[in-house]
Amino acid sequence: MSFASKSPWLIHYDGSSCNGCDIEVLACLTPVYDVERFGVINTGNPKHADIFLITGGINKQNEEVVKQIYDQMPSPKVVVAVGACACNGGIFKECYNIMGGVDKVLPVDIYVSGCAARPEAIIDGVVKAVALLDEKSKSISQGR
Amino acid sequence: MSARSIVPFGPQHPVLPEPIHLDLVLEDETVIEAIPSIGFVHRGLEKLVEKKDFQDYVYVAERICGICSFIHGMGYCSAIESTMGIEVPRRAEYLRTIWGEMSRIHSHLLWLGLLADAFGFESLFMQSWKLREKILDMFEMTTGGRVIFSVNQIGGVKRDMDSDTLKLFIKIFDDMKKELTALTKAFLNDYSVNTRLKGVGILTKEKAHELGAVGPMMRSSGIEIDTRKLGYSAYNELDFQVITSPVGDSYARTEVRINEIFQSIEIIRQAAQKIPDTELSLVVKGFPSGEYFMRAEQPRGEAIYYVKGNGTKFLDRVRVRTPTFANLPSMLEVLKGCQLADVPTLILTIDPCISCTER
Repeated sequence: MSFASKSPWLIHYDGSSCNGCDIEVLACLTPVYDVERFGVINTGNPKHADIFLITGGINKQNEEVVKQIYDQMPSPKVVVAVGACACNGGIFKECYNIMGGVDKVLPVDIYVSGCAARPEAIIDGVVKAVALLDEKSKSISQGR
Repeated sequence: MSARSIVPFGPQHPVLPEPIHLDLVLEDETVIEAIPSIGFVHRGLEKLVEKKDFQDYVYVAERICGICSFIHGMGYCSAIESTMGIEVPRRAEYLRTIWGEMSRIHSHLLWLGLLADAFGFESLFMQSWKLREKILDMFEMTTGGRVIFSVNQIGGVKRDMDSDTLKLFIKIFDDMKKELTALTKAFLNDYSVNTRLKGVGILTKEKAHELGAVGPMMRSSGIEIDTRKLGYSAYNELDFQVITSPVGDSYARTEVRINEIFQSIEIIRQAAQKIPDTELSLVVKGFPSGEYFMRAEQPRGEAIYYVKGNGTKFLDRVRVRTPTFANLPSMLEVLKGCQLADVPTLILTIDPCISCTER
């Protein structure tokens, strides 16, 4: 990917994470890492978002919330699972209230590993998501 | 009386990094009542103690919350050490104190940033988080992690800080103080910030006592209680005053936390001077039996760790009472009668940590 054809906006939702990945996602937006230089803005509105960042595993209570946010996002959209818990449940996999990773309820495109995921890894995941977003919008405009 | 309406707030909301849901009962723009529903982040990690042995559980305890992870690990380890009758080497206690105070500084800076974001002061948010990155760099230098450290173990700590590192840290803190003063001036003196904070969400001393508030929320209402004064870790050998404010509004809560940042720097300076030269960790033999309550002061207030061992490598029960859980009734109290526009700021002034609360 040489350049992104649009500035991707992302929405972040904390599934059932320990906060570690959440504050790293926020740290990406602040001066040291500053993803805004790539045109990335953290929006609170799913209808404005292209990339859905989820941290933490899925449980019965937040399953509906995650699905609703995903459904409200316009196509094309990319789902990024951030951190070990979002990938497969991580250290909380055996907890009685954790159903597993985000891919139990949503089609996940990019997996970012780490506990907690480092900002560099999250930025890498977002950059990959931008490339995928380009691909998806191309195939939509070609009517496939 | 005008008609009442209910506005849902959360679980996904721009000012909330974490999910909590409130039903706000409004009369015009005034909040009459706030009805919370929680459980979005519940994982059930206290039950995990039946599947992981008591030494492995340290890693789970650290992941109760990513912001106060160090003190969670420390609290759990201290509780287990007390049931097993282990006397932790003094150097380990001092290192725990230093890391614990660094956690407090990073947590309070994080909170200041989020508060600035809640009342729409974007550049103040960025400045707070810029300063916070320096603390995270120091954590990374000494522990290898930015938010989850895993340096605590039953019987002591895993890593050391040599005297050069400690000197470097004191120098970094000295340089940081100027920037901190400039930053906190904006919070304490800026006209528009003051209009959002002063006189908003007053919690009286009586109410704070009655509702069982803890931490800065309680101290800003004039109650002088700080669990660090119990003298766990190395606090019994360090000299510090409990910071309070008699007013009880959002401004007082900001002021108390800002002063605690400077206090923590002083505590680290004292600890760096007094740190004794002993080994870091003891070899632990046997399994915990009996029960113990450990109280520790988190950045958000007093946390209680209860452990019950049965002489095998799996514990019977672990229970954690986290500060945000104790502060939720006070939050609902200050929300009553406030304006809808003040709701995000008021929720943030208790410094909510939902993943602690729900575990």
